[in-house]
Amino acid sequence: MMKHISKFRFGTVCAGLALALAGGISLAQQSAEPAKAAVVEPAPAGGPLVMRRLTESQYRATIADVFAPDVPIAGRFERGLREEGLIAVGTSHGGMSAFSIEQYDTSARGIAADVTSEKRRAQFVPCQPKSATVFDKACATAFIDKYGPQLFRRPLARDEQARFVEVARLAQQRLGGFYQGLEYTLIGMLDSPHFLLRIERAERDPQHAGQQRLDAWSKATRLSYFLTNSAPDTELLRAAGQGELDTDQGMARQVDRLIASPRVEGAVRSFFWDMLYFDGFSDLFKDPTIYPAYTVAAARDAQEQTLKTIVAHLVTDRGDYRELFTTRTSYLTRPLGIIYRVPVAERNGWEKVEFPVDSQRSGILTDLSTLALHSHPGRSSPTLRGKSVREVFMCAKVPDPPANVNFTALDAVSKPNSTARTRLAEHNENPVCAGCHKLTDPIGFTLESFDGAGIFRAKENGVDLDLSGSLDGVKFTGAPGLGKALHDNPSVPMCLTNKLYRSAVGRDVATTEEPFLEYLTASFAQNGFRVIDLMRTIALSKTFYSVTMPESKPVGPAGQTASAAPKGDHS
Amino acid sequence: MTFLSRRTMLRGAVNGAAVGMALPFLDIFLDVNGEALAATGTRLPVRFGTWIWGCGFIPERWIPTTEGADYVMPVDLEPMAAYRKQMTILSGYDVKLDGVANKPHVTGNLGLRTGIPVPGETVKAPTIDVLIGDQIGQGSRFRSIELSSSGIERSYSYRGAGSINPSETSPIALYQRIFGEGFQDPNAASFTPDPKTMVRQSVLSAVTEDRQRLLKGLGTADRQRMDQYFTSVRQLEQQLALQLEAPAKVENFTVPTAPGKTVVDSEIEHVMANHKIMAGLLAQALACNQTKVFNMLFSDTASNLRRSASSDTHHTLTHEEPLNAKLGYQEQVAWFAAKSMVACREFVDALAAVKEGPGTLLDNTLLFAHSDCSIAKSHAVEGIPMMVIGGAGGKVRTGFHKAGRADAATRVGLSLQQAMGVQVEKWGTGAMDTNRTITELVA
Repeated sequence: MMKHISKFRFGTVCAGLALALAGGISLAQQSAEPAKAAVVEPAPAGGPLVMRRLTESQYRATIADVFAPDVPIAGRFERGLREEGLIAVGTSHGGMSAFSIEQYDTSARGIAADVTSEKRRAQFVPCQPKSATVFDKACATAFIDKYGPQLFRRPLARDEQARFVEVARLAQQRLGGFYQGLEYTLIGMLDSPHFLLRIERAERDPQHAGQQRLDAWSKATRLSYFLTNSAPDTELLRAAGQGELDTDQGMARQVDRLIASPRVEGAVRSFFWDMLYFDGFSDLFKDPTIYPAYTVAAARDAQEQTLKTIVAHLVTDRGDYRELFTTRTSYLTRPLGIIYRVPVAERNGWEKVEFPVDSQRSGILTDLSTLALHSHPGRSSPTLRGKSVREVFMCAKVPDPPANVNFTALDAVSKPNSTARTRLAEHNENPVCAGCHKLTDPIGFTLESFDGAGIFRAKENGVDLDLSGSLDGVKFTGAPGLGKALHDNPSVPMCLTNKLYRSAVGRDVATTEEPFLEYLTASFAQNGFRVIDLMRTIALSKTFYSVTMPESKPVGPAGQTASAAPKGDHS
Repeated sequence: MTFLSRRTMLRGAVNGAAVGMALPFLDIFLDVNGEALAATGTRLPVRFGTWIWGCGFIPERWIPTTEGADYVMPVDLEPMAAYRKQMTILSGYDVKLDGVANKPHVTGNLGLRTGIPVPGETVKAPTIDVLIGDQIGQGSRFRSIELSSSGIERSYSYRGAGSINPSETSPIALYQRIFGEGFQDPNAASFTPDPKTMVRQSVLSAVTEDRQRLLKGLGTADRQRMDQYFTSVRQLEQQLALQLEAPAKVENFTVPTAPGKTVVDSEIEHVMANHKIMAGLLAQALACNQTKVFNMLFSDTASNLRRSASSDTHHTLTHEEPLNAKLGYQEQVAWFAAKSMVACREFVDALAAVKEGPGTLLDNTLLFAHSDCSIAKSHAVEGIPMMVIGGAGGKVRTGFHKAGRADAATRVGLSLQQAMGVQVEKWGTGAMDTNRTITELVA
C-alpha cells in the first residue's frame, strides 16, 4: 500500500495507524546540509509533452498583455481542478465543461466587441480598411497576423490564417461592416483550443540524431507562463522564430529579460495563490454571529495582504523564502488594521506595518487568510491547520480519517470551559486516531491564539491556552515557535522547490527527475533561498525543456508530435 | 413530402426582419395516447434530474417498516407525504466497495452515480446524469444545469475524471444564465432571429474545422480531453441553432422575474431560501425547454450546513455529537436529516407547481434523490437512502417502498437509465456489476 517514499515525492506521512514519518524524518536528516550536494545540473531526464488549459489568472493576464488591462472579461470561470496540491498540475488533466465553453464564448464576444469598438479600433487595429463596403483582405490579414501569433503563441499556419480571413469576410458580408468582420474573427481565435489550451509540440532535435526536442514556440510558452504567468510577448516570439531559444546565450538573454520585468510579480503571485489554496475562499463561510469582523471584504483584503507580503519579500526585497514564516512585517489596509488591532494611518490603500513582538504573529502562518481558511465556520481547527502546514509547506500527505473509525469515545462539541486541546485529547490518545493526529494537532495547537477567523484571543471559553507543540521532534511554544521550526526545517525549502517545478511543468515529478530536484534544492540553498533565483535556475536548466517520448507515438503533420502527461497518482 | 425545412425558411427571412410565424402543427408529432402533447401541439419532453443531500439519515426515522404500497410514512419522510403516490422509497441498496478504500463522503456517492467505486474523485465512468443526458438532453439550450444551494461550487456531475460540470450557487447568476442574454421567450408575439447568430455559427465552424488534425497529434488522454472540448462546443452550436428557430409556444409560462439579492452561504435558513428560489427558476427553465437534465446539490456530501451562531456544522456533528441515550441517535444530526427532507419536499413542490399538459411538470420528470452514505458517523455506504420521485412521463412506477436487501446500488442506476431509454443491459463493475433491473420500478 505504502508507496516508495523518495525525497521528492514525499508520500503519505501516516497510514491510518501510528506508522510513519520514517520518510519524513530521514528526509530531514539526509538533507540537513544541502549545500554540500552537487550544484551542477544532472543530465536532463526528459519529460512528457503536456496540454495545459489556461488558468483564470493566465487568461486574464494574457488578454491584458495582448490587448489592454481594461479590456473587459465578462464570462465566469469554473474553479480550477486541483491535483497533487496544485491547480497548475490539474491544468494538464482537467476537461472543459459545457459551462466553460459557454462562458469563454461570453468573454470572447465581450473582448472582441471592445477591441473593435469605434472608441478603441484606432488603438488595436493596425490598419484602416480601404473601402467602407468592399472587404479589405489585406487589412483583415494584418489584424489576424498581429493577434493570431500572440494568442496562439506561434505563427498561424497558412490555412489557419486563410480560415480566419474568410470568417472576417463572411461576417462583413452578413453584417455589413469591416470591423464587425474583425470582431467575429477575433471571437473565433479566442474560442479556439489553440488559445485556451497550451498544446506543446516536439520536433526532431538536429543536434542529437534520433531524439526530439520541444519546438521553439512550446519552449517560449513554457518559459513565459512560468516567469510571467502570461503569453510570450512579441520579443520572445521573435527570439523563438529566429532560433535564439535553441542557443544557451539566446535563452539566457530572454530569461534575464523576463526575470527583470515587473511581470515576474504576476508569476510569483499566482504560484503562491495556488500553493496556498486561495481558491478555497470561494466557498469559505464564517458564522457572522460568532465572527462579525469576518466579512467578504475582509476576506478579500486578507488574501491580498498575504500575497502583497510574499511579493514584497520575495520579489522586491529578494528575501529568504524561509523568512516568510518568521517575519513580522506585513501590509494592511485600515479595515484590516482594526481586525489585527494595529493602527493604520493610511486611509485608502495599503500600508507597511510591523506587528509587535508580543503579538504572536509570525509570517504568513498567522495571516488572517491562512488561519481562517483552515478553520471551521464557527471555530478554529488545530487539525485542519496542522494538516495544511504539513501539506502546503512540507509536501506531506495527511490521509483522510479511516472511514470506519469508531467515534463513540469522542465528544468534541464545543462546551463551556473547554479548549480545542481538551476536546481533541481523544484523538491523541486513541491509537487509531493518534497516528495522524500526532502529526497535525501539535502544529495546530501552537496557532490557537487565533480563533476560527484568525483574530487574536488570549483565552478560549474563558480558559487559558496551552500553546505548546512540536514539529518533527522539535518542541516549541506558540506561533513564533512554529515559524522558527518551519524556517529551520529542511523539508520546507525542498517542498517549495518541488512545488515550483511541478507548477512550471504542469505535472507530477518523475522518479528520473529526482537528481534534478536535488540539484535545484542545493542551488536554492546556495543562493540564500531566494525564490527568484530558483526560478531563474529552473528557466535556464536543460531539464525544464527536455522531452522524451516513445518513438511509437503518432506523429502529426510536419513531423510534429503532441503528447499527454501521464496521469498523476491519485491513490 | 417535400417542403422547405424550418431552418431554410428562417434563413430566407433572417436579415433582421421580424418573423411572426407559428410552427405548423404536424400530425407526425402526435403521440399514440395523446397525453404527451401540450395544448400547443408540442411533445412534452421527459426530464431527468438528481437531488443530493449530504450525510445520510437516521434509519429508524426514515426507512418504512414494511415494503410495498401500504407502508406507514416514517417520521422524517412526513414532509413528503403529499407525494406518496409519486414517490418510490429505495432502502437497503449498497455501494459494494470490493476492497476499494472508502474515501469518506466521496466513494459512496460517486460509486452509486458511476457504478464504479473509486478511492477518491478520479471517476472511471461518467455519472448517471451525463449518461441519461446524452440520451435525452438533445435539442434544448443547456445539456444540463447544475445547482448548489449551500455555496459549494462543485457538483457530482462528471463527464469523466477531471471533467466536472460546475454548479451555480447564486440565484441571481442562475437567473442571468438562463433568462438573461440568449433567452427567447417562447410566448413572445413575434420572433426576430438575430443575423449575428448565423455569423457566430460560422465562427464555430471555423474553430472546429481542424478537429481531426488536432486529435491526430495527441496522446490518448489528451485526445479525450480535446474531445470533451468539442463536445462542449457542440452545446454552444446547439444553442445557436435554437436561436434561429422560433421557440415552440409553452402554455402557462411567463418569463420569471429576476430574484432579489440573497445571502449565499451555508447557514441553513439561507440555504433553504436559496434552494427554494433556485428550484422555482429551474422548474421554469425545464418548462420552457432550456434544459432537460439537472443536478441539485442541496447540501454537500460532507455537509457544511450549520445553524446560525452554532460553532458546529452538520458534518462535524455527525462525528462529534454524543449519542442521545434516550433517543438512540444524535439529536442535532437528526435535525439536519429531517430538515433535508423538508427541502426535498420544497424542491418537488416547485416541479409540481408548473402545469403541463393534463398534469404537472413533476409528471414528466424523473427525480432521483439520494445521499452519499447511510450512517454518516461511520461513513457507511451500505443502505444509502434513495428515492425516485415523479412520473417520468409514465416511464416509472411509483408509490411503494422497496427494500434492496443488500443488493448493489447499481440496480437503481441501471433501472433509471433503462427507464430513460438508454440502451444498457448491464452497469457497474466488479461486485457492482449488475444486469438486474428493478422490475417494479420500470414501467
